[in-house]
Amino acid sequence: MKPLKKVGIAGYGAYIPMYRIKDEEIARVWGRDVRRTPIQEKSVPGIDEDSLTFSVEAAQNAILRAKVSPQEIEAVYVGSESPPYAVKPTATVVAEALGITPRLIAIDMEFACRAGTTAMQSVMGLVASEMIKYGLAIGTDTAQGRPQDELEYTAASGAAAFILGPHNSENVALIEGSYSYVTDTPDFWRREGEFYPMHSFRFTGEPAYFHHIYHAAIGLMESLGLKNSDFDYVVFHQPNVKFPLKIAKLLGFSADKIKDGLLTGIIGNTYAAASMIGLAAVLDKAKPGERILMVSFGSGAGSDAFSIIVQDAIEEKRNLAPLVEDYIKRKKYVDYATYVRLRRKLRR
Amino acid sequence: MNKVYLIGGGATKIGEHWEKSLRDLFVEAALKAVDSAEISLKDIEAVYVGNMSSGELQGQEHLGSLMATWLGIPGVAAAKVEAACASGGVAFHQAYLAVASGLYDCVLVGGVEKMTDAIIYDVTAALIMADDYEYVAFTGASFVGLNAIVYRYYMEKFGVKQEDIALFAVHDHKYAVNNSYAQYQFAVSLERVLESPNVADPIKLFECAPVGDGSAALVLCSEDFAKKLGKDFLVQVAASTVATDTISLTNRRDLATLEATVKAANRAYRIAKISVEDIDVIEVHDAFTILGVLHLEDLGFAEKGQGWKLLKEGELEKNAKIPTNMSGGLKARGHPVGSTGVYQIFDIYLQLIGEAPNQVDSAEIGLAQSVGGVGGTVAINILRRVK
Repeated sequence: MKPLKKVGIAGYGAYIPMYRIKDEEIARVWGRDVRRTPIQEKSVPGIDEDSLTFSVEAAQNAILRAKVSPQEIEAVYVGSESPPYAVKPTATVVAEALGITPRLIAIDMEFACRAGTTAMQSVMGLVASEMIKYGLAIGTDTAQGRPQDELEYTAASGAAAFILGPHNSENVALIEGSYSYVTDTPDFWRREGEFYPMHSFRFTGEPAYFHHIYHAAIGLMESLGLKNSDFDYVVFHQPNVKFPLKIAKLLGFSADKIKDGLLTGIIGNTYAAASMIGLAAVLDKAKPGERILMVSFGSGAGSDAFSIIVQDAIEEKRNLAPLVEDYIKRKKYVDYATYVRLRRKLRR
Repeated sequence: MNKVYLIGGGATKIGEHWEKSLRDLFVEAALKAVDSAEISLKDIEAVYVGNMSSGELQGQEHLGSLMATWLGIPGVAAAKVEAACASGGVAFHQAYLAVASGLYDCVLVGGVEKMTDAIIYDVTAALIMADDYEYVAFTGASFVGLNAIVYRYYMEKFGVKQEDIALFAVHDHKYAVNNSYAQYQFAVSLERVLESPNVADPIKLFECAPVGDGSAALVLCSEDFAKKLGKDFLVQVAASTVATDTISLTNRRDLATLEATVKAANRAYRIAKISVEDIDVIEVHDAFTILGVLHLEDLGFAEKGQGWKLLKEGELEKNAKIPTNMSGGLKARGHPVGSTGVYQIFDIYLQLIGEAPNQVDSAEIGLAQSVGGVGGTVAINILRRVK
């Protein structure tokens, strides 16, 4: 899946809320062995934050780096599984807040943790067909984990935004191509009216996460005539630390290539934002000419793979907005009781 | 009673069969069994399906007709046999009776269970149905919890250390390495077992049989049928017995004894005209390590409170005093509950025809013990090599 016209990344931005809870603290409350938690700590949204406010924060950073006027942006695609409203778009509020309205295409997308990268693909299509010049694709989530469930230890919050536009030297990167792999695989779901999602335990691994990422990555490399040694960095969807390390190994990538984009251990699984924040963290470091493989995964299930080549403009643009590392360092720990309040786990 | 021969068997690998349904697994094992017996599907007159939880986990009952349909032999007599985790052993008992009675000449018995597609809470809920719902299960008890009570009682009463019981898991894994049907074909150390997370104190994760999918099937026939096939058949069913005990631990005389094992085994030894010393190889139902130790005692291989010594002193190894769980046992071969009893008999059958993955030298008599619940039902099946 290679666009007819080349599409580039004009700007990118991430956002991670400042609160953190340690897995150790969650384990303490539930009487679990503190040595056996899947990650170290995860991000927690503030009391006045949600996936919508995250979108605005991340998009502001992307606009700063893209150096485009909001009025030049003609599409806002927001991918999330935790929109503040069940019915009422997030994309409209984001566009309004950023000054993009009213001449734009705006839509919310949902595909579990994959919605953000599918938003990127959609915007790529609009840019490549010259229907629009610049488009904004966002992945954002305040993920829900049922108390005491395995997911409570990882379900975290964050967002990433990418402004895509026609290929030129002002872009921080070029998107060489994308490839998707989708099947009907019910590994994780939340029914209408339910507060927490359900998951099918080990079924979420081999037939879901690993199968889809593997085939999307292989499909992308085959369609672009690339091999694993052509990539300098790899970023995968990261529900925990173990899965991405394992899929990297299965695809023949060294641990060295994955480490810069693997953040779950310290920020948690940010769902629709997870692979996109990973990509932002890599762009924060990568040198011009280096090639990045990003593969998302969304339950249900599907994966989007992208091959991205970093351009010279990265050096000048990356410091126009806070780096992912800045958000990682900016943190304040909360205890479980505060976490319960912030995540609205006590129903009034 | 007529003589009953075991003339073929087959099984699927135990594991997470995401792509195979309950019926796919059963048909795969059944066709393997029919092929190995070198008979035709048309020869089968009755089908017995050992299964515990298809209703709860797949929303599917009436497995007799379902499997006969999918084997392409509707018209045969067929039924599901359910006795919790002993479903497989009891299904074999029914198949044996069907041939021994003289009514049928050729019968297929298979066990099948598919556990991995269900949410783990549903699996736990399905499994506790093996105990008394009104008096025990409603309290929120789980099967691991009940076995933890037995484990603690045993350690306290006989002054045995956990490390001497947990060794059963190490033993099972060691033998599963060579068994291509096994769910876990790898070895584990005692340290790894003891360092694994607590499930229900004192039971560690690595002391529990895993959840898995699988099916095993066997073909039984009469002497006349065997003669008509014009082949030499090696294996005869020497005895097949079933006994029950009170369904819950609460009514037991002794928590450390499964009376149903004692009764079914003694009856089987009488019928087979053998004593414990004559048995060359056994498969015991060690859903938890502690059960493996209890079974050795209840089957008569050790005095009460002494079973762990057989394990520790190496008497359960291949070609030692009583080669046990050469398949890898419930812990490592796997435990798709309703099919486990049939897997065990298949494993003993392979030993007697000399094709087992961990072949015991010149094995002639083998025993399989299948346990339902915390010993509410026990099936003992003894096979003998006759040629």
